[in-house]
Amino acid sequence: MSAWEVVIGLEIHTQLATKSKIFSGAATAYGAEPNTQACLVDLGYPGVLPVLNAEVVRMAVRFGLAVGARIAPRSVFARKNYFYPDLPKGYQISQYELPIVAGGELAITDAEGKAKRIGITRAHLEEDAGKSVHEGFGEYSGIDLNRAGTPLLEIVSEPDLRSAQEAVAYMRKIHSIVRYLGISDGNMQEGSFRCDANVSVRPRGQQELGTRTELKNLNSFRFVERAINFEVERQIDLLEDGGSVVQETRLYDAERDETRSMRGKEEANDYRYFPDPDLLPVEIDESFVEAVRASLPELPDAKRARFVEQYGLKPADAEILTQSRALADYFEEAADAAGDPRLAANWITGELSGALNRDGLEISASRVDAAALALLLRRIADNTISGKIAKEVFDAMWQGEGDADAVIAQRGLKQITDTSAIDEIVAGVIAAHPEQVAEFRAGKEKILGFLVGQVMKESRGKANPGQVNESLRRKLAEE
Amino acid sequence: MSLSKDQVQHIAMLARLRIGDDETADVVDKLSRIVEFVDQLQAAPTEGVLPMAHPLNQVQRLRADGVSERVERDLYQQNASAVEDGYYLVPKVIE
Amino acid sequence: MSMAAGELHALTLAELARGLEAGDYTSRELTEALLERVSAVGERLNAFITLTADEALAAADRADRHRAEGKSGPLTGLPIVHKDIFCTRGVRTTCGSRMLDNFVPPYDATVVERLAGAGAVSLGKTNMDEFAMGSSNETSYYGPVRNPWDLARSPGGSSGGSAAAVAARLVPAATGTDTGGSIRQPAALTGTVGLKPTYGRVSRHGMVAFASSLDQAGVITRSAEDAALLLGAMAGFDERDSTSVEEPVPDYRASLDEPLSGLRVGIVRQHFDAGLDEETGRRVREAIAVLEAQGASVREVDLPNLDLSVPTYYVVAPAECSSNMSRFDGVRFGHRAADADELLELYCNSRGEGFGAEVKRRILTGTYVLSAGYYDAYYLKAQKVRQLIADDFRKAFAEVDLIAGPTAPTPAFALGDKTDDPITMYLNDIYTIGANLAGLPGVSVPCGFADGLPVGLQLVGGHFAEETILRCAHQYQQLTDWHAECPEDFR
Repeated sequence: MSAWEVVIGLEIHTQLATKSKIFSGAATAYGAEPNTQACLVDLGYPGVLPVLNAEVVRMAVRFGLAVGARIAPRSVFARKNYFYPDLPKGYQISQYELPIVAGGELAITDAEGKAKRIGITRAHLEEDAGKSVHEGFGEYSGIDLNRAGTPLLEIVSEPDLRSAQEAVAYMRKIHSIVRYLGISDGNMQEGSFRCDANVSVRPRGQQELGTRTELKNLNSFRFVERAINFEVERQIDLLEDGGSVVQETRLYDAERDETRSMRGKEEANDYRYFPDPDLLPVEIDESFVEAVRASLPELPDAKRARFVEQYGLKPADAEILTQSRALADYFEEAADAAGDPRLAANWITGELSGALNRDGLEISASRVDAAALALLLRRIADNTISGKIAKEVFDAMWQGEGDADAVIAQRGLKQITDTSAIDEIVAGVIAAHPEQVAEFRAGKEKILGFLVGQVMKESRGKANPGQVNESLRRKLAEE
Repeated sequence: MSLSKDQVQHIAMLARLRIGDDETADVVDKLSRIVEFVDQLQAAPTEGVLPMAHPLNQVQRLRADGVSERVERDLYQQNASAVEDGYYLVPKVIE
Repeated sequence: MSMAAGELHALTLAELARGLEAGDYTSRELTEALLERVSAVGERLNAFITLTADEALAAADRADRHRAEGKSGPLTGLPIVHKDIFCTRGVRTTCGSRMLDNFVPPYDATVVERLAGAGAVSLGKTNMDEFAMGSSNETSYYGPVRNPWDLARSPGGSSGGSAAAVAARLVPAATGTDTGGSIRQPAALTGTVGLKPTYGRVSRHGMVAFASSLDQAGVITRSAEDAALLLGAMAGFDERDSTSVEEPVPDYRASLDEPLSGLRVGIVRQHFDAGLDEETGRRVREAIAVLEAQGASVREVDLPNLDLSVPTYYVVAPAECSSNMSRFDGVRFGHRAADADELLELYCNSRGEGFGAEVKRRILTGTYVLSAGYYDAYYLKAQKVRQLIADDFRKAFAEVDLIAGPTAPTPAFALGDKTDDPITMYLNDIYTIGANLAGLPGVSVPCGFADGLPVGLQLVGGHFAEETILRCAHQYQQLTDWHAECPEDFR
């Protein structure tokens, strides 16, 4: 056991998937031409004022309920004052002393497979800043304020995480929850799910926390893991050499796989927080909370447990199938329509996942929908086709050749189940391979496989393998 | 309570205000007088008094989510001195 | 027209409305007459920053057309001007500052929209203390405004241009803003009526923010009746301003003639102390006696924390202002320093060059009182004292319907008189600031002269009691002539 204990807290900023911004009616859609979605409020023009988006409040409450937190009956927006080109008003509207969500927790599985409770300190609402482009403008940077004003929910964990593995597990859990709740698309490439990590180490057994550094620019699960690991090692090396850790912000450099001090950033900002006088306290009553509670979807943990219980799935499969609500819904639809949940689970985690990954598609864009898959699975179950042929049919369906029945008919893939037809083929194969037949009769059981293979070949894979086996054995026993 | 020149310069930096050398002494003097003046508040009996959030004790209204703004980017950017390809330009910030 | 052009400027909005309706003159004729007057005698006052003659004439023509089509409303064709703090689409809006010298807003403030929508004709944008910070209209980048009663004196501020324009009969009415007294005090110093409504009564959308929890839009007119007319068109909920209140807007003119008997008037013991000029005090007491003679009952009320209102204000207002001013950095609009090679330089120089000394002082004060280690002692403390002051008013209004007293401690002072010591200037607002801190409506009406200079009587009411204070002001104006007095140089 290491002499050092690692202490990590994560601050996750997730963009809320509303149509318009938190304080203005401008659109939030990603990828628009620069500054075409920055209205006067977003630009911080003189005289314009913020008005709060109702859906943002609902989404924050949804999150709070999902993690068992307390919803503040009264919360206040505060101004965080600092100057930066992507912050047009010279202050960010955020929440400071009275956040909308306080407390909360979720369960992760630690490195030993044990369940561990991670506390959530708070979650608060704030507006996102714009973006700077540093290339292409010579000695200038270009500022695009489309993103300014996009609603963010900042989720702060207690410093309960003790390793990079735990940090990633927690991050994945939050990622899954916000997507399940439909409050965020969790797209890390597009910046709608961002993570900062506060990392410190202390001698094992010490109560007092060590000096922490803040790691930024962690926009993938892998980066979070790597950055934390690097930083932990760096801090331990430093302390073991007699040095001390400087409290600072460090950027993770993915290419070099290291964290770097953000030099050039001026001394700690004095944000001069005070309640924003343009906004009034947000009051949330019981009925509002109950209405949101009633609209909560089944959350990942509950769904996973139910899949194991209700459908008899293996926990590992249930875990995969509940990664996202869309995938879980797909599974349930397919399982119910096909009447065979385990078969559906196999196919979804196998063939379907393979096809989706290969083509870089999300389940919602699957070329074979749940009903279509279910039909295919029923054709396996009713012996129309074998499992092996079904793979060919699936590929054809994926390419758009039609549904299972259409493909089977078009390509003539119907399984041969007629006993006399099979007997005929078997007879032919027996006649054609006297050597192997003799070997079998002499006692070499294994050679049956070869003969089965030959029958399958003759029948172009369409003969029902079970019946082929039975027919061969019968006929070989005859003479 | 008088403010020091260093204090004033620190505040000026926080506020991103350039105060010329010739102005500094006057600013320090006037600011000190203002602070001294408002120091009267320290004696006020505010035990158990809640700070006023808003003069009328109102509560925040919520707006329905929906795109309701038509952005006239080119019109707005006429007020900016340095714009290129729709971006606002600032001297490059090195990170 | 049946009335000589030379007399149109002497009429109030109410009188002009009747004249227009009767066809005595057209809106076009009226507008032309006033524009001519502005260029003939207005120069001396420096009351305007931007004159919008063409737009005014076009609006006047439209008003005349609407009237001819039978589509006119209460404000159709009536001339006004806007304080240059209200954004006007396509028309330069400077807030009296170099920072916004070339700023052309792409939108109209709600106040501008509503008044134009009601048919009013705006002749231009008036001069003001820079970003509304001042009580003398001496901090404007465009030079000081002069008081029409004595050109060597200040008209008060920050709505000095609006007050001077109305007092000199360049226009019958003007919009203004009041954060610590910036409508009422200049009204008192220029012998005009200045109304600051209840906080949240009129939308702040499009009104460049100084201190968000104190700012309110209002009007400067020559009669309470005119103020009632304009307030009716301006007031009301606006979804673009979260602090705007959903209180229904009454017809403020309907109750103006209700008698004063039974009205309970409070006078504040702390008002009539050493800081108040003697003559001024006398005029105010005489005015209160007039109300009493009409059946109002007068009693003393106590506002024990009154003398903390100025220091409270000068913590809260600069704090909010320091944050509101941060958006002025030269990047998206406003003054941008030339030759700034790096970002810090760009910010510091643009702001250092764009803002005048008083604005910088308030930003620095505000930054200081919000900064780490000082927030509790200053900002938080001030917000608590603010609550005490609001409570004092609430207790007083349990016993009286309105509070009457002086608007300003002295009549108009000489330009340059108080610019050395900021505190002396700040103390000008001693009687007006309380209403801003508590969000209460207040009106100043002319009540006589002290050494030949106008004196104002202030009436402050409870929340949404505009009808009460306007009624009292209107009745007072039926019994006195002070508001009809015109500065000699501008008759």
